[in-house]
Amino acid sequence: MRLLTHNMLSCNIKGVSKGFPLGIEVAKLETKTVEFNPQFLRHSFPKIEWKAFQEAAKTLGVNDLPEQVEPSMLDDDDFLRRFHHALLEIHLEEGDLVCPETGRKFPVAKGIPNMLLNEDEV
Amino acid sequence: MARPERQAPPELFYNESESRKYTTSSRIIHIQAKLTERAMELLALPDDKPKLLLDIGCGSGLSGETLSEKGHHWIGMDISQSMLEVALEREADGDLLLGDIGQGLGLRPGVFDGAISISAVQWLCNADKSCNDPRKRLKCFFTALFHCLARGARAVLQIYPENTAQLELITSAAMRCGFSGGLVVDYPHSSRAKKYFLCLVSGPPSVLPKPKGEDGGSESEDNEIDEDDEEEEDNARTVKFSGRERPAKRSKLEKKNKKGRDWILRKKEQRRKAGHEVPRDTKYTGRKRKARF
Ligand SMILES: C[S@@+](CC[C@H](N)C(=O)[O-])C[C@H]1O[C@@H](n2cnc3c(N)ncnc32)[C@H](O)[C@@H]1O
Repeated sequence: MRLLTHNMLSCNIKGVSKGFPLGIEVAKLETKTVEFNPQFLRHSFPKIEWKAFQEAAKTLGVNDLPEQVEPSMLDDDDFLRRFHHALLEIHLEEGDLVCPETGRKFPVAKGIPNMLLNEDEV
Repeated sequence: MARPERQAPPELFYNESESRKYTTSSRIIHIQAKLTERAMELLALPDDKPKLLLDIGCGSGLSGETLSEKGHHWIGMDISQSMLEVALEREADGDLLLGDIGQGLGLRPGVFDGAISISAVQWLCNADKSCNDPRKRLKCFFTALFHCLARGARAVLQIYPENTAQLELITSAAMRCGFSGGLVVDYPHSSRAKKYFLCLVSGPPSVLPKPKGEDGGSESEDNEIDEDDEEEEDNARTVKFSGRERPAKRSKLEKKNKKGRDWILRKKEQRRKAGHEVPRDTKYTGRKRKARF
């Protein structure tokens, strides 16, 4: 799971009102190279909840993202490359995602988060 | 053969051996690719720029491969662990989620530029467990889908409904959750090549995409999505409609076409044109035989 996906995920257990962002517990990370595509980055930027993204990146050991961002930064190649790396190249392979409200854990195995809910959670 | 949906719940039906087919059967691979191509055509993204798409029931990632080839990023959700394992083996480019779309999607609002689904959504009509109420599950799914799409974004869902009632159930559930749009039926006269694409728009109503073969043209070798069904395909024409009452009417029409004298006369004429020897048309053509020896 990439941080792009993490940034889109929210816990939808019945009754949970603030299911975003999911906490991350890391057991194993992996890096896979993805072609650098500034167009996609500029397109995605407005959709990203930056604070959650930047904090999630820190959890995965990526500390070079600014805390505050503004659209003008998308003209800076250096920023784009760091954004690209954190958004698309680092994968959480093993670990857990944690609902911020209930603490319920969603295990991640082989890079795939198990988001299946129990009957009583729907 | 019984419909897969009648045999077992999806997470059990798509077991290791069924999932295996998605890397070994060239026929399945071909069909998934063709259906995805068509779904992308109907999705009609506004430009060629790379988008963030959702693949609902992404399974082995075959449909996702087509999305990646077009330069898009995608996130896929599927309920079958085995199918997702195959996607890992195939090194799918998208991120995968193990999840049940009937429980909602757990995705943030307004983030996806579009969604596709190939042969998955009809599974929601199953009541294979006591806790599974198709209406509730469809509602849960369409509500979540509506929310996670960007305003004005589309979803194209290719489905295999078991009958008109099921088609109606799915379509009306979508409309009730705020979607506009409707059904595009490719090759409606061919029992095998016929394909349903539910084209949904989250936002103000827009023009339904143009269906295939409107001019009555036949499915070419190149375009064919399923095993061919020569005779039927001569007549392949696409019907488009939207709204609730239409499916029933349309299927009645089709039945008429398939039986009666007119249909037989048309078929005979076709065979003649194709150079076959065909008995001449008389007043007896298409009449019922008497039960007599
Ligand atoms: C015909 S397969 C298509 C797979 C996919 N398009 C591909 O390229 O491999 C249908 C898929 O829908 C999935 N599915 C069925 N019901 C589902 C549900 N409730 N939630 C998520 N996925 C589901 C099945 O597990 C299966 O992988």
